[in-house]
Amino acid sequence: MKLVIGIVRPERANQVLEALYRAEVRGLSISRVQGHGGELDRVETYRGTTVKMDLSEKVRFEVAVSDSFVEPTIEALADGARTGEVGDGKIFVVPLERAVRIRTGDVDMEAVTPVGDQ
Amino acid sequence: MSGAIDSGDTAWMLISTALVLLMTVGLGLFYAGLVRSKNTLNTFMMCLSALGIAGVTWALVGYSLAFDGEGAIIGGLGNVALSGVGFEPRGDGTIPELVFMAFQGTFCIITVALVSGAVVERMRFGAWMVFAALWSVLVYAVLAHWAFGGGWLAAQGTLDFAGGVPVEMASGFSALAAALVVGARKDYGRQALLPHNAVYVLLGAGVLWFGWFGFNGGSGLSTGDPSVLAFVNTMLTPACSLITWFVLDLIRGRKVTAIGAATAIIVGCVLITPAGAYISPGWAMALGFVGALPCYAGIMWRPRTRVDETLDVLAAHGVAGFTGILAIGLVAQVGWNGVADGLFYGDAGQLGSQAVAAAVAPAYAFVVTFVLLKLLGAVMPLRASEHEEAVGMDVYAHGEEAYVTGEGAILVLHDREEKQRPMVADPG
Repeated sequence: MKLVIGIVRPERANQVLEALYRAEVRGLSISRVQGHGGELDRVETYRGTTVKMDLSEKVRFEVAVSDSFVEPTIEALADGARTGEVGDGKIFVVPLERAVRIRTGDVDMEAVTPVGDQ
Repeated sequence: MSGAIDSGDTAWMLISTALVLLMTVGLGLFYAGLVRSKNTLNTFMMCLSALGIAGVTWALVGYSLAFDGEGAIIGGLGNVALSGVGFEPRGDGTIPELVFMAFQGTFCIITVALVSGAVVERMRFGAWMVFAALWSVLVYAVLAHWAFGGGWLAAQGTLDFAGGVPVEMASGFSALAAALVVGARKDYGRQALLPHNAVYVLLGAGVLWFGWFGFNGGSGLSTGDPSVLAFVNTMLTPACSLITWFVLDLIRGRKVTAIGAATAIIVGCVLITPAGAYISPGWAMALGFVGALPCYAGIMWRPRTRVDETLDVLAAHGVAGFTGILAIGLVAQVGWNGVADGLFYGDAGQLGSQAVAAAVAPAYAFVVTFVLLKLLGAVMPLRASEHEEAVGMDVYAHGEEAYVTGEGAILVLHDREEKQRPMVADPG
């Protein structure tokens, strides 16, 4: 059981969702985050104030999956998010100690398996 | 032969001019709410840029080509750069020609801004500004001359109170041409591209309706009966189109939508624009109820096509303007307008005159816009790259964001000695 975290460009978020859907990965959450990963700063000017925007908008995917789904999830995230330019994002995979489905009290493997597949 | 200045008329026309100018800002708000948040400023700026561009082209050449002389096709160059435009009235008018020029100028401005709705979220801002300047002269000024300036359409009897020809049909059918030449947004038809702020859309529609009282109510160029009738009809027709929209929304989705309501207000205002002072209040209400139907159909149908005429200028302005122009030919009444009867009151000829305008104006606007953009596209790229479109036109074209947080913004100090000590902006 792993938690796969993908931080991607907001404009690629829809492609990532599509790729995950096609890989039959269900159950995920996303959040809007700001981050910096070495891409070029954008310069913006507001009246006389010029600023370098150090942080860019990113979308963070969090997907808790059983072990057999780790690779498909990573592939889907990478395929959906890749443009080839600096700033495409990162994928982190971390071990997951416990998972609980609140509605039923299911734990661990049952909790990260989509309802329809049980 | 010039008439005498009437202070009441002049006062109302000064106010009307300001009201119509405000519409362009209202339109910017309306359009900005309908696009994705990353294109908010660019969309607003396309409208705002018309205030500068069309304001200047109008004063330099547009006004002269539209209103100097009675040439069949085009006016003269006698008023280029406003020469000869002063405090004396034009013809037998009762307001200074300067006020008349400014009032008509605000029409040119908003019409240019309207066209932008077809190409938002992907057209390059520089190309847009060049296009706007040329379009304001080649399309708007010419059609304004035909309908308002003594050109052949008016001469053969077409009645157009406040701009069904040069404003509504011109912008609507030019928008279709522009959408075809510039092409669809890269995500069109693949992803849901949703309005990012429905409140802007509603507020924009409200500002537009408010301004439209000057647009239609001022088009009598006086405080006389035509202005009064057009003013009141401007209240009635959108009210009725709103009701139609509510009912159609209910039938279609069992819910009345807010963005639908905002659209209905615009459609109603457009419907009554050409017919303003020519039809009775009763018929104006009927026009609102019935005229909204083809526009609703157009707005439902267009997104199913491959034509990314993004903000439905054709359905809201082209189709509604077309309907309004024809409505005059059906239900105009001499008893109300003192000028002409429509088919229902015994004069089929008026419908013929209206049909000529409804056929020729869209064709002219479409063809000239199509060719103009094709030529422009041959000398400069019309649209942003896929990457720029993905990042958003606000950052790419303007170097600004509509909803900037300030987090991670590092102040670039212009003072050379301070350059080594960048400061982090306060996110608060």
